[in-house]
Amino acid sequence: MINVRRCGVTKMNEAREEEIRERALKALDKKADYGPDIDLSSFVRSPERLEVKGLDDLPSGVREQAVMVGVRPDMKERAGTYFQLDHSVLFSGVSKYFDGGVEFISTIEAKKRYDWFSKYLWRAVQVDTDKYTAFAALEWDHGYFLRVAAGKKVTVPLQSCLYIYRDKLDQNVHNVILMEPSSEAQIISGCVVHPNVSRALHVGITEIYLMKGAKLTFTMIHNWAEGIDVRPRTGIILEDGATFISNYINLKPVGSVQTYPAAYCNGENSTAVFNSLIYGDKGSVIDVGGKIILEGKGSKGEVKSRVIATTNAKVYSRGLLVGKREKTRGHLECRGLLLSDQAFIHAIPELRGETSGTELSHEAAVGKIAEEAIYYLMARGFSEEEAVSMIVRGFLDTRIFGLPEPLQREVDHAIDIVLSSSL
Amino acid sequence: MLALEVRDLVVEVDGRRVLDGLNLEVPKGELHVLFGPNGSGKTSLILTILGLPQYKVLRGQIILNGEDITFLPINERVKRGIGVLFQNPPQIKGVRLGDVLKKLAKDETPMEIARKVNFPAFYLDRELNCGFSGGEIRRCELTQLMAQKPSFLLLDEPDSGVDVENLELVGSIINELAKGRSGILITHLGYILRYVEAQRAHVILNGKIACSGRPIEILDHILREGYWWCDKCKEMRGD
Repeated sequence: MINVRRCGVTKMNEAREEEIRERALKALDKKADYGPDIDLSSFVRSPERLEVKGLDDLPSGVREQAVMVGVRPDMKERAGTYFQLDHSVLFSGVSKYFDGGVEFISTIEAKKRYDWFSKYLWRAVQVDTDKYTAFAALEWDHGYFLRVAAGKKVTVPLQSCLYIYRDKLDQNVHNVILMEPSSEAQIISGCVVHPNVSRALHVGITEIYLMKGAKLTFTMIHNWAEGIDVRPRTGIILEDGATFISNYINLKPVGSVQTYPAAYCNGENSTAVFNSLIYGDKGSVIDVGGKIILEGKGSKGEVKSRVIATTNAKVYSRGLLVGKREKTRGHLECRGLLLSDQAFIHAIPELRGETSGTELSHEAAVGKIAEEAIYYLMARGFSEEEAVSMIVRGFLDTRIFGLPEPLQREVDHAIDIVLSSSL
Repeated sequence: MLALEVRDLVVEVDGRRVLDGLNLEVPKGELHVLFGPNGSGKTSLILTILGLPQYKVLRGQIILNGEDITFLPINERVKRGIGVLFQNPPQIKGVRLGDVLKKLAKDETPMEIARKVNFPAFYLDRELNCGFSGGEIRRCELTQLMAQKPSFLLLDEPDSGVDVENLELVGSIINELAKGRSGILITHLGYILRYVEAQRAHVILNGKIACSGRPIEILDHILREGYWWCDKCKEMRGD
């Protein structure tokens, strides 16, 4: 059992806070259903740093790395920015154009500011899911609260960067996104670690609430490193007509990532989509997927993944669709490309129909690059390495996401930077 | 001066002999036509010249512009001037025609090249050979050859699956590509020869050249009498 301290905020409903704390304490030794078990006591805590007015005085190398995960330190063409380094919020703010309609602050700050905020904590994700959720509840290191006001359309992306700078750190962020009725936004969330960090743990709780008719495109780019363990826990609750699109991109070696976000399509005609691009390399254990519970009449879900595994990476690609109501539809698609005989890809698509009025389907394919495709490109004059690189880049084609054009350019740019060093 | 010389070529694929002592000479500046029944070795010859690893050369030589390229890797042969139009190119998901043309073309934009084969702009965004009709595949192949500008063309059935309207277009592009260059063209029914100027034709039977002559005359004989005539021709030559 590890030592924990109580978060210092007091405005939270005392009874609920106590209940959450008790449930967390009971779950502190509860192993996760999937992924390698992590010894939580082997990490250290970092003292808080001061806030900065901008991102100009970031430590050396941090700016450059932020760019690699789609985060623009100059904040141009961004509706708002949240930047957290270790346990400290370095910057959070919204561009003047969206001021008043968008709020982007630390969740600890939000809890101090709003009495109602607590009701959005530990509702889409259960605190006693496993030891990581429990740990995050007891050792809460900020995270962002994004609120988009009713009817507000945020036409340029918001950005967040969660950065680990100190070696052997554990970083437990708790994010909450509240999309009010008929609001729209897109966010690029980049997670990155300093090159000097040999080992660290990132636990990210993200609870997303989409009210009636709201739409959120959530693009997360992970750029971790060997020796880093990552345990995101994400829950999304959708009301009538709401749309949630998740794009998850993980192209760099990592110690282990295990995440299985769940979208609850409670509202009628709501839609959830999980897209992922994974490049597993150098002993990485990557266990990712998406589950969608189609509870609302006419709700739709789609889980689509493109997975590459090379060297001795182990990649599990999961998907679960649960059709609970009539006129619901869902489709799972997993395509895997093996570039090494020492690596593996394990696709686990699951469908569960609980009513005759649901239509669920899946397709999965895992294999190696077709030799004839390599020879074809070599016949155009490319070397074998160039041909493989083109095919791999093509396999990780972001156009399957259907992103808005500016966002796609940003994501493509980030992928190109990462892949240029991987391939 | 020869652009290509194939000497006594014996080739196997998966232990099956596909070329059996084939000899061929293509002088510089000439385009030669290859005829032959299915399975006679036409495509095998093209893919062996290109250097696909499954085509194992047991004997003989392939000489391109005086250099022995028999055992060079594919891309090295391409660097020396080989360019191929595939009969059945593979579908490559995620790799877009426009991106490939951008990498290959030196003095033209992908759009300019696409326009020459009547491809609208959005075709540049299409994945290589995915969902293309037979005619579109030929034109897609031609765009890549136009960008490559090879000195020796290997054209495997460029008229296959092409409709009447586009046959003239394909023919004129091949003529343009072949101007001042050399190459080999495979055709089954010879439709493309109405539009393409070829200097000589050869018939391949059982992995070797059975007879050679003027393209129109040989095609005429084949269409009238079938390849039986070529067998007879071989007998007449005493091979």
